[in-house]
Amino acid sequence: MASNKKYWKSVEELDPNNSIVETLKQNEFVEEIPVDEFLGDKENLESSSTSRRDFLKYVGFSTAAASLAACEGPVIKSIPYVVQPEQIRPGVADYYATTIADGYDFASILVKTREGRPIKIENNTDASVLGSSNARVQASVLSLYDSLRVQGPKKDGEYISWDELDSAVVAKLNELRGSTKKIVLLTQTFASPSTSKLVAEFAEKFGNVEHIQYDAISEDAALDAFEVQYGTRAFADYDFSKAEVIVSVGADILGDWQGGGYDSGYAKGRIPSHGKMSRHIQFESNMSLSGANADKRVPVTPSQQKVALAKLYGYVNGVSVGGTLPSHIDEAVQSAARQLKKAGSKGVIVTGIQDAGAQGLVLTMNKNLGSAAFDTDAPKMLRQGNAKKVAALVNEMNSGRVGALITAGVNPAYTLPNASEFVEGLKGVELSVAFSMKEDETSTLTNYVAAAPHYLESWGDAELKKGHMSLMQPTIRPLFDTRQFQDALLKWTENDKTYYDYIKENWTASILGTNEWNKALHDGVFVATAPEVDEVAPVAAVTADEEVQPAFAVASALRSLANATASGMELSLYSKTGMGDGQQGNNPWLQEFPDPITRVSWDNYVTVSRADADRLELTNRNVANGGLNGSYADVTVNGVTVTLPVIIQPGQAVGSVGVAFGYGKTTGMKSEMMTGKNAYPLYQGFNNVQEVTLAKASGEHEFACVQLHNTLMGRGDIIKETTLEIFNTKDSHEWNVIPEVSLNHNEVPATSVDLWDSFDRSIGHHFNLSIDLNACTGCGACVIACHAENNVPVVGKAEVRKSRDMHWLRIDRYYSSEDSFEEDNEKKEGLHGLFGDSGTLGGFAEMEVAAENPQVAFQPVMCQHCNHAPCETVCPVAATSHSRQGQNHMAYNRCVGTRYCANNCPYKVRRFNWFLYNNNDEFDYHMNNDLGKMVLNPDVNVRSRGVMEKCSMCIQMTQKTILDAKREGRTVKDGEFQTACSAACSSGAMVFGDVNDSHSKIAELKEDKRMYHLLEHIGTRPNVFYHVKVRNTDEA
Amino acid sequence: MKKVKHRNSTSRILGISLAVLLTFSTSLFAQETEAPAEAATTEAAADPAKGKSLFNANCAACHKLNQKRTGPALAGVGGKYEREWLYKWIRNSQGLIKSGDADAVALWEEWQPSVMNSFPQLSDEDIDNILAYTDAPPPSPPPGEEVTGATGGGTQGSGISNEIILTALVLVFGILVVMLLLVNKTLRRIAEANGVELVTEEGEKRLPIWKAFVQNQFLVLVSVIFLMLSGAYFAYGYLMQVGVDQGYKPVQPIHFSHKIHAGDNEIDCKYCHSSARVSKTSGIPSLNVCMNCHKSIPEYTGEEDLANGYTKDFYTKEIQKLYEAVGWDDANQQYTGESSPVKWVRIHNLPDFAYFNHSQHVTVAGIECQKCHGPVEEMEVMYQFSPLTMGWCVNCHRETNVKVEGNEYYEKIHEELSKKYGVDKLTAAQMGGLECGKCHY
Repeated sequence: MASNKKYWKSVEELDPNNSIVETLKQNEFVEEIPVDEFLGDKENLESSSTSRRDFLKYVGFSTAAASLAACEGPVIKSIPYVVQPEQIRPGVADYYATTIADGYDFASILVKTREGRPIKIENNTDASVLGSSNARVQASVLSLYDSLRVQGPKKDGEYISWDELDSAVVAKLNELRGSTKKIVLLTQTFASPSTSKLVAEFAEKFGNVEHIQYDAISEDAALDAFEVQYGTRAFADYDFSKAEVIVSVGADILGDWQGGGYDSGYAKGRIPSHGKMSRHIQFESNMSLSGANADKRVPVTPSQQKVALAKLYGYVNGVSVGGTLPSHIDEAVQSAARQLKKAGSKGVIVTGIQDAGAQGLVLTMNKNLGSAAFDTDAPKMLRQGNAKKVAALVNEMNSGRVGALITAGVNPAYTLPNASEFVEGLKGVELSVAFSMKEDETSTLTNYVAAAPHYLESWGDAELKKGHMSLMQPTIRPLFDTRQFQDALLKWTENDKTYYDYIKENWTASILGTNEWNKALHDGVFVATAPEVDEVAPVAAVTADEEVQPAFAVASALRSLANATASGMELSLYSKTGMGDGQQGNNPWLQEFPDPITRVSWDNYVTVSRADADRLELTNRNVANGGLNGSYADVTVNGVTVTLPVIIQPGQAVGSVGVAFGYGKTTGMKSEMMTGKNAYPLYQGFNNVQEVTLAKASGEHEFACVQLHNTLMGRGDIIKETTLEIFNTKDSHEWNVIPEVSLNHNEVPATSVDLWDSFDRSIGHHFNLSIDLNACTGCGACVIACHAENNVPVVGKAEVRKSRDMHWLRIDRYYSSEDSFEEDNEKKEGLHGLFGDSGTLGGFAEMEVAAENPQVAFQPVMCQHCNHAPCETVCPVAATSHSRQGQNHMAYNRCVGTRYCANNCPYKVRRFNWFLYNNNDEFDYHMNNDLGKMVLNPDVNVRSRGVMEKCSMCIQMTQKTILDAKREGRTVKDGEFQTACSAACSSGAMVFGDVNDSHSKIAELKEDKRMYHLLEHIGTRPNVFYHVKVRNTDEA
Repeated sequence: MKKVKHRNSTSRILGISLAVLLTFSTSLFAQETEAPAEAATTEAAADPAKGKSLFNANCAACHKLNQKRTGPALAGVGGKYEREWLYKWIRNSQGLIKSGDADAVALWEEWQPSVMNSFPQLSDEDIDNILAYTDAPPPSPPPGEEVTGATGGGTQGSGISNEIILTALVLVFGILVVMLLLVNKTLRRIAEANGVELVTEEGEKRLPIWKAFVQNQFLVLVSVIFLMLSGAYFAYGYLMQVGVDQGYKPVQPIHFSHKIHAGDNEIDCKYCHSSARVSKTSGIPSLNVCMNCHKSIPEYTGEEDLANGYTKDFYTKEIQKLYEAVGWDDANQQYTGESSPVKWVRIHNLPDFAYFNHSQHVTVAGIECQKCHGPVEEMEVMYQFSPLTMGWCVNCHRETNVKVEGNEYYEKIHEELSKKYGVDKLTAAQMGGLECGKCHY
């Protein structure tokens, strides 16, 4: 049966008395004409001596002047190369394989360059691990063109030459060689074999050198636990595509948990095939991407998570474990344990609890299960930081035992919880050098700023997973007078090699074997296949196990976990999909990227549950233009108070709150980008769970939340979902209902009736985009990829708040109460007498339950490229029209900006340029400076003020594919056609192709019984189709 | 009535004078075509003449007679070395160097790493001929100078005769005007003498013509409508040419003559504009492409156009500008490393909102460059030949058939579409070439 669930985009919608939602429903076009821009300033208007008559004169004169000026064309210069590099042909893109390893994000990627400028990041599909890019990696190309980058080495704020810096540093290092004071290298995680070797050589030369790696957001617990059991400081690797039951206790496996990159494997298992899909049970406190995608999500506070994990171990292994849990959580744990046991080697358990005992317990459980998804032979190296050493370093600095501090890729003055102590200690350090791209919190305090290049300007290597090597190569000549950390180390150790030569030598000597360097560099990745080693490794591992195993005491870990309690509210610190640890804070794409869960951009905030919000009188309310306002709250941890705005988050475990890292940077940032508050001071003892007190503060915060901008307006069937059981047993008419309309007083399927005559679209290409709601994790990589490919402008916080965001592709997030399903109904009816099956957004009690733990669905929506497009028929100047290939064209130069099309679009995907967003000082983002403009795609027009724009289905990409085929005189192969979003989608949720090619994947997907179109009953015949979301509610 | 007659006569005179002008000018052009004179070189001996052609075919790429190029200057080389040694050297210079011959090694040390090609195909006689040419170069240059002198004189002469004809014409016209005035005067006098009143007759009796016009409302209406329509027509015409730069012919930083390169020397367009084959832009060639040829062409030796001041000297100076830009030290035959990119003025400026791809038209459709760019091989100074308006693009798409032969991509779609439209050959428009989004995104 079709689910008759009620979806809601915001809690506000559940309140039947909310007049604003009602107004918004009626007023679908919430963007208002920005008259306040010129009429708002009443004072100025009144004081002006310009009369109406004068005004008309000015208008007349300026119109005449403008039209006269327009008659004279500007002289445009073309400057060819003096010596054109062989590889570069103007107008043809080149791709280079490289690797991002910025200490937080690690991925093998392809970089698209045009005329020597990197303009886009693509996934490296040749890479077997971490070959996909998330939103931050996609956006990292814009950070290369950050206008606030430091442009050369600096001393005390003055630019100096590298020679000066070298001689000063080397002199000091030599002076320190004999002394008792330490030389400390404080770096990010490089995971780079060559860098490690180089650091060792540096240490050998200068003696008394300590290399401390520092991750802003520590994963020490998992590293320690793995080290105890397997001897390496690394992470176990998981392949979720091999798991049928996934139990996660507080692990955001689709987010940045243990370095991230698990979404593609996860999504593979989520697509129902042969009646099977994985079942995902999530215990967590904050609503995370993983929780949103889980089949069953149980909100539990951080301390309850520990107990739950201990109990889970107990239930699986038949051991009795102490500790108490609320009965419904305990039931859920029992059920999870049952399913895990049943799944056996097809089960896997993961945890994000920052506790070595918990992490160790999980490793043990997976080993005991013999989980197929669990890999410890080739662990991942994505975090190497050591929080204890960092803490010790701060103490040593303060006691004057550190002679020189050289930092690279880290910003401790911003990210350290005890940053003030670090800053104080820095004063006692005789020599401090910061390798940094920015004059940030740390580098403004050090003696020297060693201007570091962006990773797209650098050489490097990385071992992301044991045996899986990646290479990093520059894709552009350094923009500024920069030098990378490794080159400096080489120079200081009097090695006259460049880092490139150093890597090449190192690789040829010890990694590549008989394989070719050029091939490895071309591929960007290299998997060391050494069969002999492989055979030996397991033996070694086993012996290691036997030796080490006793070191991990299950019983004591269980005991300490089971006894976890919390006295007050608990704070879980997390990283946002868009901002991560905050190193790309000055990136406008990421700032404007709406968080997948809260849909808030340009901010961080404290998420609280509805119950806690009511108790503390914290409120969220929508104002008339759809903007969201929220109360402020003082968040206090151990005497450190941060005042943050409040978001009432459905699904937040009662008694817990969440705050995201990465915001509140104030140095090396444009003023527009200084948003949110820094949460690192709350990260005391590198523990992401803190006991916290929350108190309402005065004032009201204005969010830039895109959530209520376009309401559902009662069109509930925009999302279709069903359960695996129904999907497997019932006919597709029942769960994928084709809407019916009345024709001649008979109910007929809506697809059979049409207002328009259909054109024959069977000849040539006919593009379709398929979006599988099961595989879509909501990660948002497609949103940023779309920005980069299509020159989508950034409009800023104030404009987003006014619903004037320009995202061509948005990912709608829908909440629904899971109680509409029959079996859940029964359960809930027992609990709440008030529950009815009426299907309306009924009583307060139901709403309360719903908000407590909603089910979440993500739905990427872009222009649906309707074959019978409502927008095309209303355009008075025929600026938007249809092509034979199925794309809905938008001729910007023809558009006069009536906005009829946007008004007539049932999917609300058209975006209007209210202002000129480039070369306009009001919008000081990347399109307003020469450096930032280098990221623009030269194949796509930059739109001007007053025109409508929308997704073009990346027509520049499809046209290029066709042209390539024509030029080579061949047909187009399946898989060649891509859009920016489908190419960026690592989960396989978006598939693009030509449905007229009967052998193509897209043609097959279109025939799938899960296929449906959005709002089928209005007969727009879209060329984008979706696949019904199937939830695995199978409890057994 | 008489006035009208007068006007008639003036126009007739104009017509006649135009005809005169035309006849004169055609004869003038005829003269010009006859002008080029043959360079008849009278050679004393046959050897140097053969040697010259051999030299040009085999040696000229690297050697000049009096200038160092890739290799040394060759004038008088026959006197510097033994004849037998030269045979060996020319047929296999590397072998000679390896054999340790002192002269050969010395040459190698001076000129390395440039390796001289081996010419085993040259017979002793051929080499003798070449050496005869290099040792006795004088016979060829003087005739060459004479020839250029002659042609120079010729063109100059035609230039002067042009001016003479023009002044003559002016004089003829002047005389005609005077004659007309005189005839008019005498006619008036005769009329007066005969007592015929001509001018004052109409004035008193009738209404002034403008009053009559104002009173005739129909006429007023018609003429207002006419004025408005024609005003609109001209305004439209004016507005439509805004931003259309057909004929745009900017002065370039280096006077590059397409006429010499593409016309006289018949260099393929795509030799220099190579990216037109694969890219959306045709690409202005980078200077290293120029240097492929100009490394051994430091001066201009072709025809001159003295009327416009395009002398040999002028062109040679332009080549010097290239050397300056690319940083080539011609005297020492090496790059200095100091380059200054040339800032060409872009002629064809398509607006940003229109996407045009050269490779689609050049490689896929196989369209001649001249179809859009005009007779480039005749353009001394490059200009925009086509209007580059949307109407112009669209017209061509409507008229041009898609080139489907031998292109597997088109096979299926062409078969199906041509059946649908009932035509043998599809135009670009029928293939979808008129859809907005094909060019605007």
